[in-house]
Amino acid sequence: MSTPARRPRRRWTGDYRYLFENLVMKDFRVRYRTMSLGVLWSLINPLVMMTVLTFIFGRVFGGDRPPLFPVFVLCGLVPYNFFTLAFLSGTLSIVDNAPLVKRVPVPREIVPIVAVLSHVVHLLIQIALLIGFTLAFGLRPTAAWVWLPVVWIFYIIFICGLSLGASALNVYIRDTRYLVESFNMILFYLVPIFYSFEIIPARYAALYQFNPVAAMVLATRNILLDGKAPPGSLISNLMVAAAFTVGLGALIFSKLKLRFYEHI
Amino acid sequence: MTAERIPPGTVRFDRVTKSFAKQGGPKLLRERLGDLFASSKGRRIEVLKDTSFALAPGESLGLVGSNGAGKSTLLNLATGLLEPDSGTIDVGGRVGALLELGAGFHHDLTGAENLRIQAALMGLSRKDMETKFDEIAEFSGVREFIHEPLRTYSQGMILRLAFSVAVCAAPDVLLIDEMIGVGDQAFKELSHRKVQEMRKAGHTILLASHSEELLTSLCDRALWLERGRVRMLGNVDEVLAAYRAS
Repeated sequence: MSTPARRPRRRWTGDYRYLFENLVMKDFRVRYRTMSLGVLWSLINPLVMMTVLTFIFGRVFGGDRPPLFPVFVLCGLVPYNFFTLAFLSGTLSIVDNAPLVKRVPVPREIVPIVAVLSHVVHLLIQIALLIGFTLAFGLRPTAAWVWLPVVWIFYIIFICGLSLGASALNVYIRDTRYLVESFNMILFYLVPIFYSFEIIPARYAALYQFNPVAAMVLATRNILLDGKAPPGSLISNLMVAAAFTVGLGALIFSKLKLRFYEHI
Repeated sequence: MTAERIPPGTVRFDRVTKSFAKQGGPKLLRERLGDLFASSKGRRIEVLKDTSFALAPGESLGLVGSNGAGKSTLLNLATGLLEPDSGTIDVGGRVGALLELGAGFHHDLTGAENLRIQAALMGLSRKDMETKFDEIAEFSGVREFIHEPLRTYSQGMILRLAFSVAVCAAPDVLLIDEMIGVGDQAFKELSHRKVQEMRKAGHTILLASHSEELLTSLCDRALWLERGRVRMLGNVDEVLAAYRAS
């Protein structure tokens, strides 16, 4: 009879803060060092998208469009872009970091979380851009702006949770990558980026109400465009989404991580 | 479970068994999903069976055996990269694993950036690293290129950098897999000398190698693995003599 396996008593004991800082900066540097425009790309990309969407839906289609349409669009693009980039990097992280996972005994959970956090650096640049536009269009900061970091933190935790689960699944089922890519593409239309929540017929409202990315877009607009705190329903939506995905993601991850070594 | 404090530098394997899943051919998504959450008991190959040994702090153990005998699996288990199927593994203190030098290095980053990342992965704190950085850079012998991207380095320079950060971190337990066999003569001598120094300074060493010269000069005892089982455990000269005779 063999004795049942026990959890090892070994724990990685080290400086978590120093480790996170180094790994996040590593991802960030690697991504931008080989580009001559470097970090400017995080400004160019949303600006181009904003201009195109403003032109098409503001001028070509014409009709009634929400006031301050460029800022309105940018409030949709920044959360959407962050979601797609961070979620995809997170999903691929374990497989992409095979040398690390197979050779260094750090807790594996760090890998997808670092992948998500490494996008926060350019998220901050994009938020600065968003705020710059908001001010340039004549809006003034209000007390409601303090909600901005709060909702973003829940949003980032939500994406970390998703990435934990998806990165572990991607080790065993490499198709997960393509599922995530397709999902991200469909999401562009399911998030009110270039249209407002008010035009959605009531019977489809549920599709948006339970979608944390849509909730994030609406909350960002509430704060920056209306200068009001987001309604409690949006905040609780984001909180529940964060708690739920982290719980489920961590559960999937802990179950699957034991055999990562054999599968990558 | 009682949280017994394991003295730094101790390595204990108690009836450790580890098996790997046979991969088999391509599978349908449905079967794949089924496997994912089921503990696949069948179709597995045991690579390490009922292996037990113990090292007190400061002891050094050589692992011998033919390729595929389970030496690397044993080191990976000791490092914490693999979980045993059954049995217990206790390792006290900080572990430094020289399994594959330069794994995790990124070629677009500078030598200094790679050193800091590697040190953080090994568990060093910012303060530790600030005080040790110069020593590591000096020992690596690539100090003047430390702010150049790694892709401009020669293979030998990368090896020295990786080796320097691993040993200068002063781990309580040093796990080495064939590592000293790589690189040119100068690197072999340097790494051999450094490991010998660490051994004398009381670090626990676990070394897998095919080189008898290395094993006799660096180890007190040896463990002979054959197809995942302990064939012999004892004094390094006796084990090597028996291994040679087999």
